[in-house]
Amino acid sequence: MDSAAGVVLEVRDLRAYLYTRWGVVRAVDGVSFVLREGETLGLVGESGCGKTMTGLSLVRLLPEPAGRIVDGQVLLEGEDLLAKSESEMRAVRGRRVSMILQDPQTSLNPVFTIGDQILEALGQHHVDGERSLAARAQEALRRVKVGAPEQRMRAYPHQMSGGMKQRVVGAIAVAGEPRVLIADEPTTALDVTIQLQYLALLKEIQARTRLAMLFITHDFGIVARMCDRVAVMYAGRIVETGPTRALFRAPRHPYTEALMASVPRLEGHVARLPSIEGQPPPLHDLPPGCRFADRCAYVADRCRREYPPTMPVGLAHEAACWRNEPSAPSR
Amino acid sequence: MLEERAIGAEPLIRVENLAKHFPVTRGVLIGRTTGHVKAVDGVSFTIGRQETLGLVGESGCGKTTTSRLLLRLEQPTAGRVLLDGRDIHALRGADLVRYHTRVQAVFQDPWSSLNPRLRVRETIAEALVVNRRVTRAGKLERVEEVLHQVGLPLSAAARYPHEFSGGQRQRIALASALAAKPELIVLDEPVSALDVSIRAQIMNLLKDLQARQQLSFLLVAHNLATVRYIAQRTAVMYLGRIVEHADTETLYRSPLHPYTKALFAAALPADPDAPRDDMILSGEVPSPIDPPSGCHFHPRCPFAMEQCARVAPELKAVASGHVVSCHLY
Repeated sequence: MDSAAGVVLEVRDLRAYLYTRWGVVRAVDGVSFVLREGETLGLVGESGCGKTMTGLSLVRLLPEPAGRIVDGQVLLEGEDLLAKSESEMRAVRGRRVSMILQDPQTSLNPVFTIGDQILEALGQHHVDGERSLAARAQEALRRVKVGAPEQRMRAYPHQMSGGMKQRVVGAIAVAGEPRVLIADEPTTALDVTIQLQYLALLKEIQARTRLAMLFITHDFGIVARMCDRVAVMYAGRIVETGPTRALFRAPRHPYTEALMASVPRLEGHVARLPSIEGQPPPLHDLPPGCRFADRCAYVADRCRREYPPTMPVGLAHEAACWRNEPSAPSR
Repeated sequence: MLEERAIGAEPLIRVENLAKHFPVTRGVLIGRTTGHVKAVDGVSFTIGRQETLGLVGESGCGKTTTSRLLLRLEQPTAGRVLLDGRDIHALRGADLVRYHTRVQAVFQDPWSSLNPRLRVRETIAEALVVNRRVTRAGKLERVEEVLHQVGLPLSAAARYPHEFSGGQRQRIALASALAAKPELIVLDEPVSALDVSIRAQIMNLLKDLQARQQLSFLLVAHNLATVRYIAQRTAVMYLGRIVEHADTETLYRSPLHPYTKALFAAALPADPDAPRDDMILSGEVPSPIDPPSGCHFHPRCPFAMEQCARVAPELKAVASGHVVSCHLY
């Protein structure tokens, strides 16, 4: 079993639904995971699987009024964030849990200078004199390798490139020295050479601060490079969790297996890629059994009737698939 | 069709020294040109029949402008695009109509590329109405034919785009491109807006269609693995110029240009045990308004020599079909 050592964040059976006119969209439907100090957990899945909603739930920033957390616990260093008041949450966001979103264009305010925005973030967290705040803001920019921070402080977002803007977003995110950083596809809007710079920067910040990072992505290349462990999400649930290497070498959920096989490779020529036919089920009308059943190559009758429990399949490796059930139940 | 064609091994498309410079103006009413963005700056390549050329590079490298020049959505500043030996930008009248049936496009975003107010059959038939004289029955028959080719049910014809998922919409976009029986389809990031599990479906479909219908593709993409899977030849662009061009296998096995190497090093393989020969480039792609002197890549190049800042390297053939523009070779 997982030891409690170094656990910074523990999510237990989180459910976050969207109440829409088409019905209740079960975007996050019983998600559990732990995040330890200094580690990076990749949350992988396709659009609409609930990975972004999971990230937003952790800081309680679900889209209003449709989104609501209906059940579960989010334990940050033992404290349940879901039990906190909104004003208490404000002291958590940015200071203990930060978030970097996909598009730096929309995370920065276009009418304020970079300096103003970093100062605002710093001001939220610390009571300090103005002068030292400005110095700290420049220091924050220097730490994310923005050149000439004195001048950059006076620049507006539109005067910077996408990569630079995302660095500023990163500077704001880590300014409050959070324990947990949620990075939701932070490099999707960046070019590949800039992406690599940014990923290296995040790793560097993590090594210095022992941040626990939840890295939300759909890119297995990024997972392979960045993550210590991976959780694969499908239709609102985590279907497999394991150490990165184990999960890549021997995926134990048919969805993980099929998804990995369908990714084109850089190395070696492939004559034909296997593809997953069909679509994920709509989240407002989920089947009772396994949600991947309709697209699964190994589907059996039971899969359509009963949702499989999460079962251990290796060291710190678990998957929710009936195929992993030991033939003689030991419990 | 018995019209005169260039004979022999003339490729379907020949691009010669193509350039597109956009003026940069200052002032609101009386614009003063203060410079030019050299989006495409002297690019040459060919696309053979039933061949896919992949055009890769980062944003701002000119790959999309190049594809727009082939689609006649832009007028070149210099150079030519020859389709079967004829300059497409000089075509008029019936020849121009014929060009539009021969060259089609599929764009990145299937949410914005389909008209939400048209039923799928209207979207597909539009391509036929513009370009050909076809009867109503003939039109419907063709709609059903292309729907079948892209793997959509015939019932899709009566529905609207919003009823479909991203992957299915991209199939519709492809069906409407196929309707006029084109010879070349320009694919601008055809799978990058789609989910991972759907990408393979669409890429396989593209390969199947190419084999069955002798199509040529110009594939513009930034994902190197996608290009490797689909394209037989690949050209790498940087700041408006092609820096390296070879068959895909050769290029991926032994990239020569330092930029190509850096681009490949930055593409993260989906394998935690892959060797990490990180070549993290410093800085960002410079502005195409005032690109660096000599070799455009020299300020970021770890192998830059004194002459790189002064002299722009020519494209040199280093092996059969493998050209590179770098002073190292």
